[in-house]
Amino acid sequence: MTRISVMVDGVSYVDDVEPRTLLVHYLRERLGKTGTVVGCDTSNCGACTVHLDGRSVKSCSVFAVQVDGSEITTIEGLIRDGNLHPMQQAFHDNHALQCGYCTPGMIMQAIDLLGDDPNPDEQTVREGLEGNLCRCTGYQNIVRAVLDAAEKMKPAVRAQQPSTVAGGGN
Amino acid sequence: MTATQPVTGELGKARRRKEDARLITGRTRWTDNITLPGMLHMAVVRSPLAHAKITAINTDAARELPGVLGVFTATDLGADSISLPCAWQITPDMKSPKAPPLAVDTVHFAGEGVAVVVARDAASAADAVSAVEVDYDELPPVLDMEAALADGATLVHPDLGTNRNALWVFDSAEAGSGGDVEQAIRDAEVVVKRRFHQQRLIPAFMEPRSVVVDPTGEQLTMWSATQVPHILKTMASLTLGVPEHKVRVIAPDVGGGFGGKLQVTPEETVTLLVARRMGKPVKWTETRSESLLAAHHGRDQIQDLTVAARRDGTVTGLKVELLADMGAYLRLVTPGIPILGAFMFNSIYKFPAYRFACTNVFTTKTPTDAYRGAGRPEATFAIERMMDELAVELGMEPLELRQRNWITHEEFPFATVAGLTYDSGNYEAATAKAKELFDYGGLRAEQRRRREAGDPVQLGIGISTYTEMCGLAPSRVLGALSYGAGGWEHASIRMLATGTVEVVTGVSPHGQGHETAWSQIIADKLGVPFEDVEVLHGDTQLSPKGMDTYGSRSLAVGGIAAVRAADKVIEKARKVAAHMLECSEADLEFAQGKFTIKGTDRGKTIQEVAFTTFAAHDLPEGMEPSLDSEATFDPENFSFPHGTHLCAAEVDTETGWVTITRYVCVDDVGTVVNPLIVEGQIQGGLAQGIAQALFEEATYDEGGTLTTGTLADYLVPSAADLPHFTTDRTETPATTNPLGVKGVGEAGTIASTPAVVNAVLDAVRHLGVTDIDMPCSPQRVWRAVQSARGAAKSTSDHTTEAAAGGGLGSIDAQGGAR
Repeated sequence: MTRISVMVDGVSYVDDVEPRTLLVHYLRERLGKTGTVVGCDTSNCGACTVHLDGRSVKSCSVFAVQVDGSEITTIEGLIRDGNLHPMQQAFHDNHALQCGYCTPGMIMQAIDLLGDDPNPDEQTVREGLEGNLCRCTGYQNIVRAVLDAAEKMKPAVRAQQPSTVAGGGN
Repeated sequence: MTATQPVTGELGKARRRKEDARLITGRTRWTDNITLPGMLHMAVVRSPLAHAKITAINTDAARELPGVLGVFTATDLGADSISLPCAWQITPDMKSPKAPPLAVDTVHFAGEGVAVVVARDAASAADAVSAVEVDYDELPPVLDMEAALADGATLVHPDLGTNRNALWVFDSAEAGSGGDVEQAIRDAEVVVKRRFHQQRLIPAFMEPRSVVVDPTGEQLTMWSATQVPHILKTMASLTLGVPEHKVRVIAPDVGGGFGGKLQVTPEETVTLLVARRMGKPVKWTETRSESLLAAHHGRDQIQDLTVAARRDGTVTGLKVELLADMGAYLRLVTPGIPILGAFMFNSIYKFPAYRFACTNVFTTKTPTDAYRGAGRPEATFAIERMMDELAVELGMEPLELRQRNWITHEEFPFATVAGLTYDSGNYEAATAKAKELFDYGGLRAEQRRRREAGDPVQLGIGISTYTEMCGLAPSRVLGALSYGAGGWEHASIRMLATGTVEVVTGVSPHGQGHETAWSQIIADKLGVPFEDVEVLHGDTQLSPKGMDTYGSRSLAVGGIAAVRAADKVIEKARKVAAHMLECSEADLEFAQGKFTIKGTDRGKTIQEVAFTTFAAHDLPEGMEPSLDSEATFDPENFSFPHGTHLCAAEVDTETGWVTITRYVCVDDVGTVVNPLIVEGQIQGGLAQGIAQALFEEATYDEGGTLTTGTLADYLVPSAADLPHFTTDRTETPATTNPLGVKGVGEAGTIASTPAVVNAVLDAVRHLGVTDIDMPCSPQRVWRAVQSARGAAKSTSDHTTEAAAGGGLGSIDAQGGAR
């Protein structure tokens, strides 16, 4: 067992973990952060995507011991003062989810994507989400949602919105 | 009391979904999220071999590992005497092998469970799986359907004496619905014969399957990632002998199904047996690799079609001969899946003679069963490919050929050669709209330019004018097909004291948005606010009756049950309102949630009536103090969505790469409750149909091992692999239900596959390519073009088919992850 100290969704945890424990299992099984899910065992599907120190990672590809001293944000930590993150809101507004299983990972990856390129075109969004699989939507509304969120997260637009809403990956 | 603003026009409104709030914030209730006190974890030891005798299972090492509480074989659990249910005896002489939930002495497919391990945590269970030693004597695998039917073939189940599961035949001359197809073929001016391969697919829902069984209560409770909690409950009782009233099944949040979770699985059964044995809650959650390997697959047919026609393009007969791969066992509806196609090969065309004969075959592969469309995509693919082949043979414009043969809108209701009655449709309108959105003429001109210029990137246009049968199903039809149950659906409505409403539905959503759509329907019927309706489902304790969700049935059957229940609520409320207003019931009209005395402004809202009924101080003589009502709806007919899909695809003849440059579909799914949800269903369906055309295939090596057992090998497309879709609708209401709805869950998948393949072939046909097997991977397309060019050089009059090649990214046609 190795002791780790980690901040997850704004809360500090100190835990002893097995060296082989994956971050996603630590989040789900130890912390009860079941909003983050497992969709595969080969890091192809992206359903487990979270933010590690502000960048998206597939939490099935990170050991819990590797996040010692780090800050993790999951889908459960995006709401600020009762307000949805603009990306969550955009997924709802654009019907970008059906069963919703890929959605947490998809939203976390989409936020990261806008951190890299706050003003992407459709193709950039499609390529930026390539590591996240969805079986329900055909992606069209996901792409639409990300473009919508990008528009709403632009500084000029954001200035008119409550400043307490978290920005994306920036 | 709730505020009572009038509500109208909920139907057709693009409501954002109620379901989203929890799904976008991670407040989800997937089965694998469930943790119960004292819960144990189960993992399955699976056979790496396709066909083998089990000679020994040594569990000693596994039992000694820390945290392991038990290792069980079929015999240990008494599972050797259990056979998993198949609800569809398609012919009286159908051969049914015993299907124990764990292999007893022989394994019949790679991935079949051999033993299970129970441990304190999932990691310990996984460790123990690798410590179980199983010795096998290998037997020859049975992989090829035609070889499996040959004399002297290795038998998958020797006790059956054959690998033939059943032969199911429909003949229009015998049924009286049409002529004799052999005569039509003899008399034909043109006969076109083709063979198509429907490759094996994997549903690949995003949420891996998971089961939790708690045996500690009075009722045994099973949570499962299933589409069919009600069927599962009944089948658990019939299969395991647990009294039905002692079982409660809950489908909590379920992450997609696409037919893949329309099943009573070995793992559900074994989890239940183990939980009872241990006296503790037990959870099993599969890995993705297990899911791809052992959850049921779909499609997998060899299709031989013969079309007879006149020179002017009028079709005169259609003969369909299928071989359908059952895999190693019959699961819940395995043998009936290809039979659902029997009614759809004739599609929208007026074939005067038709024969369908399907031979179901056992192999040592993963069992097949429902996958989105289930029999109908296979049929639609084959007939739409054939219409293009016939057009080529006759030198006709493929869309004109279709138009010459389709049922015109004046001809409905239309009795088809397959024995169904299509109630409504307008193929002309959908096609006209699609052509316009697509710029059909412009793209044909562009195609000509590229052909004449010898452009290395050629353009193809693919057409698919389809119909499908939805709303499974009229119980009398299911009875005639020897299905083991009916096709009705149930709903009940509870009018709460404060005027809000609970709708209980027997369908079981797993991504479809029923909570939103049913809220719209009931808000519209009862005139209550959308927000005041709560839709409850997926728990047999609160939703006691249901047939669950599959076959695009939920709205067309389950939604209508809810409408009928609402009608009964209104009739009960009318009595109370008349009593409150001291008028006769006949004097009341009900609109926008209010009973009003005709010609006056005096009235009572349904919320006021609900509270008066709750108080029950002063009700009409003999009236029970309740407005609650239930209804069970059995449809009189299927519904028949249709549409026209047009695909433009560029084919790089130097690399074989296919790029869809434009995709237009105009679907007619009847009346629309929520256009946002309908569009989403179409788009998602398109993705799966396009994936069959271009990307996905479950392949086995010569030893019978699945070589596409991860999402790195089984190519579920990503956002970068798919085009933008232009979707639109025409709206011809179904005449067989009061909402005029038809169902939309499968349309996109059914229609899109042939549109894409027709486009790919249309791009390279002038080079001499006549067919390319699905998926049309770059390798297969490139090989087809190369061999056509080679053939054109050696024998100028001979064209060629593409050899089976690999999937995206494959290098060696024989190898590994094809």
